[in-house]
Amino acid sequence: MQIDLVPIWTAILAVGVFMYVFLDGFDLGVGILFPFARDDASRTLMMNSVAPVWDGNETWLILGGAGLLAAFPLAFTIIIPALYFPILLMLLGLIFRGVAFEFRLKTTRGRHWWDRSFFWGSLIATFAQGMVLGTYIEGFQIAGRHFAGTSFDFFRPFSVMTGVGLIFGYGLLGATWLVLKTEGELQAWARSRARFFLIGVLAFIAVVSIWTPFLKPYIANRWFSWPNIAFLAPVPVVTGLIVLTLWQALRRDRDILPFVCALGLFAMCYLGLGVSVWPYVVPHTITLWDAASSPKSQAFLLIGTLFLLPIVLMYTGWSYFVFRGKVRSDVGYH
Amino acid sequence: MDLDPVFLSRLQFAFVVAFHILLPAFTIGLAAFIVVLEGLYLVKRDETYLRLSLFWLRIFAVSFGMGVVSGIVMPFQFGTNWSEFADATANVTAPLLAYEGLTAFFLEAGFLGIMLFGRKLVPQWAHFFASIMVASGTLLSAFWILAVNSWMQTPAGYELVDGRFFPADWLAVIFNPSFPYRFAHTVTAFMVTTGFVVVGVAAYYLRHGRHVTESRTMMSMTFWLLSLSVPLQLVIGDSHGLNTLAHQPVKISAMEGLWKTESRAPMVLFAIPDEAAETNRYEIAIPALASIYLTHDIDGVVQGLKAFPRADRPPVIPVFFAFRAMVGIGVLMLAVVAWSWWLRARKRLFDSRLFLVVCQAMIPLGFVAVIAGWIVTEVGRQPWVVYGLMRTSDAVSPSLTGSDVVMSLILYIAVYAVVFGAGLFYLVRLVRTGPPEAIEAHEPELGHRPARPLSAADAGG
Repeated sequence: MQIDLVPIWTAILAVGVFMYVFLDGFDLGVGILFPFARDDASRTLMMNSVAPVWDGNETWLILGGAGLLAAFPLAFTIIIPALYFPILLMLLGLIFRGVAFEFRLKTTRGRHWWDRSFFWGSLIATFAQGMVLGTYIEGFQIAGRHFAGTSFDFFRPFSVMTGVGLIFGYGLLGATWLVLKTEGELQAWARSRARFFLIGVLAFIAVVSIWTPFLKPYIANRWFSWPNIAFLAPVPVVTGLIVLTLWQALRRDRDILPFVCALGLFAMCYLGLGVSVWPYVVPHTITLWDAASSPKSQAFLLIGTLFLLPIVLMYTGWSYFVFRGKVRSDVGYH
Repeated sequence: MDLDPVFLSRLQFAFVVAFHILLPAFTIGLAAFIVVLEGLYLVKRDETYLRLSLFWLRIFAVSFGMGVVSGIVMPFQFGTNWSEFADATANVTAPLLAYEGLTAFFLEAGFLGIMLFGRKLVPQWAHFFASIMVASGTLLSAFWILAVNSWMQTPAGYELVDGRFFPADWLAVIFNPSFPYRFAHTVTAFMVTTGFVVVGVAAYYLRHGRHVTESRTMMSMTFWLLSLSVPLQLVIGDSHGLNTLAHQPVKISAMEGLWKTESRAPMVLFAIPDEAAETNRYEIAIPALASIYLTHDIDGVVQGLKAFPRADRPPVIPVFFAFRAMVGIGVLMLAVVAWSWWLRARKRLFDSRLFLVVCQAMIPLGFVAVIAGWIVTEVGRQPWVVYGLMRTSDAVSPSLTGSDVVMSLILYIAVYAVVFGAGLFYLVRLVRTGPPEAIEAHEPELGHRPARPLSAADAGG
C-alpha cells in the first residue's frame, strides 16, 4: 500500500519555511535596526547577539529552497523563475549583510562601509522577501508546466506593500530579540523601537487583511462563508490577544515575553496565509498534490529527514543554549 | 544585438560557481587542518599548535562567511535560470541537494558558532568536537553536491518518462560511475590547494624571520601531507581520466586535442585547436604517447573529435587549455614536493631562500588548478546538461529574456567584485598580521571565566 506522503511533506516544509522566516527574521531585523542605535558599542553588541547564529538561521532558507524542489518540484519551477529579480535582490542583500559580520571587525577606517552593507543588505533582503510573499499571494501566469509571464510581473502595488510590511515585521522581531538579549539603555531603546514597529505591523496586517479578500474572491469565500467563519474566527481573535499581550509586555519591562509574542504574531499571520491558499502550493492553480514529486523521491528524502531533522534541532538548540543569556561584549575569537 | 539567455545563463552560472568553488576549495582543507592542530594541542599541550589554530581560525571565519553567502546563491540558480532542468531532474537530484542541506549545512552552521565564539563557553573537548563536526560538514557537503554533479555527467539509476527523470535505484544515482573518481579527485585537490596556501604562508614568514617556530611547525607538517597527497592526486587524476574515457570519450578527445581517430595517437603538448577547420595549428606532439596512457597499449585506438557529430562536441579550446593548465600545475607541485624531500634530507627545508620564494609563489596555483579542472569537466560536458540525455539549450527557464540575464549578471559581477575583493584584501591583511605572539596578551577569550574556572583551555593555557 502506498501511503500519501504529501501531507507529511506539506507539514515539514511549512515548518521549515516558518523556521526560516522566524529565525532569519530576527537577525535581519537586527540589521534593519542597526544604523539607528545610539553608538558604535551598541552596534557591536547588536551584531554579537546574532553573530553565532545567523549562519544557522540562513541554512533554513537553503532547506526551504531545496525542500521545495525535492518535495514539490513543479511549484519550484514555476515560482522561482517568476521571482527572478526579487530573488536576485534577496541573494545580493544576504551577501552584503553576511560578509559584514566578519569584515567590519577587520577594519577600523572602513568599518562604516560594512555597517552600511549590513543595514542595506538586511533591508533589501527583507524587502525582496516581502515582495516574494506579495507576488506569491497574487499568483502567477502559467502555461502547462511553465511560468508564462515576464520577469517583471512581480512589480505591483500589492507586492511593494508586502515588501514594506515585512520590513516592519522583521523589525519587530529584531527589536524584541534585542529586548531579550540586551540590558540597560540599549534594551530600553529596543523596547521603544519594538513599539514603533508593532504599530507599523498592525497597520500592514489591517491593510493586507482587507486587501487580500478583495484581490481574490476565493480568499474572501474561504474566510467569510459559513461555517468557515466560525472555525476561522479564532485566528483574528487570537492575533488580537497576542497584540495586546505584546503591547503590555513592552510597557512592563518583560524580557522574554515580547519576543515570544512577536513569534506568535508571525505564527498567526503565517497560519492566516495557509488558510487563504490551502490546498494550493501555487495559489489557485496548482495543488500540493499536482506539484508533488514522485512517491519514491518523497519517501527517500523523508526517511533521512525524519531521522536528521530532530538531530539538527537538537544541536541548533544546544548552540542557542551555549549563547544563552544577555549578550556580552567580550565573547569572540577576534 | 541578439542576447541569448542560454549562453548568458551559462556565463552567469559559471561566474557564480567559479567564485563559490574557490571558498570550499580552501575551507574543506582548512577545517581539517584546524582539527589536526586542535587535536595536537589537546594531546601534546604545545602552545604553538594553539597559536596556529587561532591564526587559521580567523582566516577560516572570513573564508567560510564568503563561502556561505556565495553558496546560498547556487540552489536558486537552478530555479531562476534553469527551471526546465529543475523540472526534468528534480525527482532525482533534488533529494540529494536537500540531504546536503540537512547533513552538511546544518552541521557546519550549528557548530561553527561554538567553534568561533564558544571557546570559553564550553569545555575544551566540546570545542574540539565542534571543530570536528564543522570539518565533517564541509566534507559531507562535497559528497552530496559532487554526487549531483557526477550524476549530470554520468547519469545512472533513473527512468526517463516523457522527458523527465525519475529515480529507479538511489544507490545507483548517488554512486554513479564517475562519482567515486570525481569525489576523490576533487577532495584531494582541495586538500592540496589548502596545503600549498599553508606552506606558502609559512615560507613568507620564514623569509622575513617572523613566527619562526610556528612557521617551521606548519611547513614541516604540511609537506608531509603534500608528500602523500600530491603523488596520490596524480594517480587519482589518471584513473578519473580513464573513467571519463569510458563514459564521455568526446571529452577526452577535446582534452587531448585529438581530431582523428587513430592508433598510436600522439600526446599533444601544445597546439591551437581550430574548431572550424577541425585541426590543430602550431601543434607540438609526442607520437603514440596518448595511446599508451589512455589505452595502455602503443597500438591502442583513441577516438578523435571527428568521430562525433559537430552538434555533440564540447567547445574544444577552453577544455584543451584548461586541461594543460591543470596538469602543468600538478607536475609543478610534484616537483616542489620532490624538492622538499631533497631539502629535508639535507636538513635545509627552512633555509633555502629560493625554495621559500617558490613556495610563496605557489599560493594561488592550487586555486587556478581547481578552476581549470572544473572548466575541463563542465565545459567538457557540453552541449549536455544531463550527459547524452538533455541538452543545455533545453534547460533554461522559458520566461527569461537575454536582457534579464544581462542585468542580473552585471549585478553579480559588481557585487562579487566588491565583496570578494574586500575579502581577499582582509585575508591578506590577516596573514600579514600573523599568529598571536603570546596567547594571554592577544586572546582575551582564553582568560579565566569567573563563573566556570575549570575549562581545560584555562588549565592548559
